[in-house]
Amino acid sequence: MRGIVSWGAYLPYRRLDRSLITQFLGQGGGRGTRTVASYDEDAATMGVEASRLALKATDLTPDTVLFATVATPYVDKTSATTVHAALRLPDSALALDLGPSVRSAAGGLRLALSGAGTTLVVAADLRTGLAGSADEASGGDAAAALVVGEGDAVVAEHLGGASATEEFLDRWRTPGEIRSKVWDDKFSELTYIGLGRRAFKEGLAAAGLSVADVDVVAVAAPTARIGKAMAGKLGVERVAPDLTDTVGSTGAAQPALLLASMLEAAEPGQVLALVVLADGAEVSFFRTTPALASFTATRPVADQLAGGAPLTYNRFLSWRGMIDLEPPRRPEPARMSGSAAARSTDWKYGFVGSRDREDGTVFMPPSRVSFDGERTDQMDAEPMADVKGTIATFTVDRLAYSPSPPIVFAVVDFDDGGRLPIELTDTDADEVEIGGRVEMTFRKLFTADGIHNYFWKGKLIRG
Amino acid sequence: MASHGIRDRVAIVGMGCTNFIENWGSGLDDLIIDASNDAYASAGVTKDDVDAYWFGTAQSGMSGITLARPLQLQNKPVTRVENYCATGSEALRQASYAVASGAYDLVMVVGAEKVKDTGYQGLNAFPVPNDGTGRTLTAAAMFSMIVPAYGHKYGVDDDTMRAVLSHIAVKNHYNGARNERAQFRKEISVEQVEKSPKMAGTLGVFDCAGVADGAAAAIVCRAEDAHRYTDKPIYVKALSFVAGNGSGLIDPSYDYTTFPEIAACAVDAYAQAGVKDARAEVAMAEVHDCFTPTELVLMEDLQFSERGTAWRDVLDGVFDLDGELPVNPDGGLKSFGHPVGASGLRMMFEAFLQLRGEVPDERTISSLSEGRKLALTHNLGGYPGEMVSFISLLGAELD
Repeated sequence: MRGIVSWGAYLPYRRLDRSLITQFLGQGGGRGTRTVASYDEDAATMGVEASRLALKATDLTPDTVLFATVATPYVDKTSATTVHAALRLPDSALALDLGPSVRSAAGGLRLALSGAGTTLVVAADLRTGLAGSADEASGGDAAAALVVGEGDAVVAEHLGGASATEEFLDRWRTPGEIRSKVWDDKFSELTYIGLGRRAFKEGLAAAGLSVADVDVVAVAAPTARIGKAMAGKLGVERVAPDLTDTVGSTGAAQPALLLASMLEAAEPGQVLALVVLADGAEVSFFRTTPALASFTATRPVADQLAGGAPLTYNRFLSWRGMIDLEPPRRPEPARMSGSAAARSTDWKYGFVGSRDREDGTVFMPPSRVSFDGERTDQMDAEPMADVKGTIATFTVDRLAYSPSPPIVFAVVDFDDGGRLPIELTDTDADEVEIGGRVEMTFRKLFTADGIHNYFWKGKLIRG
Repeated sequence: MASHGIRDRVAIVGMGCTNFIENWGSGLDDLIIDASNDAYASAGVTKDDVDAYWFGTAQSGMSGITLARPLQLQNKPVTRVENYCATGSEALRQASYAVASGAYDLVMVVGAEKVKDTGYQGLNAFPVPNDGTGRTLTAAAMFSMIVPAYGHKYGVDDDTMRAVLSHIAVKNHYNGARNERAQFRKEISVEQVEKSPKMAGTLGVFDCAGVADGAAAAIVCRAEDAHRYTDKPIYVKALSFVAGNGSGLIDPSYDYTTFPEIAACAVDAYAQAGVKDARAEVAMAEVHDCFTPTELVLMEDLQFSERGTAWRDVLDGVFDLDGELPVNPDGGLKSFGHPVGASGLRMMFEAFLQLRGEVPDERTISSLSEGRKLALTHNLGGYPGEMVSFISLLGAELD
């Protein structure tokens, strides 16, 4: 039996009320909200967060990582290696970026399901467009990770599926552009519905199912309108929420996000269908297993939907590089050293400190020498990424360079030892207090000379 | 093993100090030349009389050549010193030890910094290649973390903490207004302090030291030779230095209400000088008031106040110009700004003037005439949790 073993979904903390766009610009916008990745998030960091949640819920260790996004942090350099490092996976694992299209994300899942071993399929995206555009309002930022593997741990068995590949012009973006363009919505809709119907029918046959066997279908589509039109043509009574009113259309993240959301609402023994419309159609069918009953999603999509905090439109524009705000007159940080970073991969990407074997002291960053200077190289690695902490003292720096000033900064004492003065993110200045609780999140501190400087920040635990 | 110190073995016989200002018209060389010529004249010597030089600068230049070239020194040993914001003090410490060792008869120490050519606000450290995981906060933010921690620990409410910090700012500006070399020569009101734009945490602009260019210099010889150069030598009683191991950054027992490096440095300095009760024996102190909460905590680490009580002593005026133990009578970093390599020597320059009775009446402190004999200078670098500390004790009389 091969199928989904675990999943994790990640919605960024900030939400943009679409009516703010209309208020500001006099055009664009709409109803509902969309999720917005923070200024210190990109596809790799959000992919890491989703993957952490997925891996927490399973004992399996992936031997393959497939990473898909349209918003590639790099070209020529792989970002799956960043995800791989932050997750501290064995270096024997294969970590690959899939091509920068939504179709790659759907294809990655299909490859994993038809492959062997344990594969982590991660997809993340940041969707935007020019100010006032449909893409800006309807897009959303998210990541989702699926662990695909074998055996009793499978919570959703893969029953089969089908592909339909088609070369036609729906949406496109040349490398370096900040937005995609769309040929004609109606043309896309008609083309996709034909492709989707064909693949759905072939997929049913491949899986040995009839339409009546399908309990619920989720459709990931370039727009909410196309997705709804497609769902209406499939003959399945229950259609999973497409999350476009609250999250937005999340591009490469959408197929896995909708599957995760559908799994969270499912019961054992149900047949689920996933239809992805992206330069063709990809259809997969699953049957949830008894193992689903004992599976606990680490941070359910529904909980994340209920959380979050509003973001002003002007800040959204600034975070997306659509307006440049005057920075503090302080030097921008220098690029990180590639060789220094390579020596501290476990610390920088994995947030692994060291613990003194003799007196138990935790060092962040890891140290070779004990506090008293008596012992050298008598430390054990101490993973800290999942350890929570408490704020000992804090400040707000209005002068230091930040891509989004001011910097909220706290001295954090970790449960069971260890202290680190560290920047807080997704946290407003007036929320911080001594005694506040903090968890760690993987972020991008800044980019210099085209090098993304990834490291960890703290964020407040709320509620 | 012990820290013996060199009490009464060397003397400062001449000093010079430029005005500290945003000196758009003077470069590093000009600052060095002006401070050095003042010091030569003060001691009545020429550059050829000086056997060796120590030059403190954090990042205005590298190597001894940065001093040798503008002064046109001929075949002299020049050591360039850097030790964070305590650079100037450290240069004097090294030079003093060289004299005490007998290696040289007469040496000069110059500290200088040209800060205002960067185009940025504040001080900016030269970036060392690194893995990108270090903090990127300003010093103001790092020191601002003292405020909530101190208030929380000692039960001092926010309004009282604000009043304490404002008192320190107002006091130092009051003193600086009476000093022709200071950058800021205007008294400020509590209201001005409290309404100033916020920089970091609860700290506003007037809680922060300014930024200035400047240089200062000292000429040092053996104590027994001092009267060859001046009738009023100033004797070195103690020179203490501690470089912290950074443990406060990662040790949860550190609570941001003290600077352990400075407390340890003070113990060593007082032992070197034979001081038993700092509050009773020290006549004046020039301390590193980079930010107002720094000065507050220093009063406890330097043993001027019991733990948790300095805030009350500050409000009671103990450290005011006419107080029991005047602190920063020259106006401190608050009024002078902080040209890193020069600041430690600027502090000694004030101690030098006060101990020799050479300050104008309006800045003269009464504690010296009341029998106290020691001046203390304190210079720190780094941040809470990761700090270097320097303390000197100076006196006009041999013990």
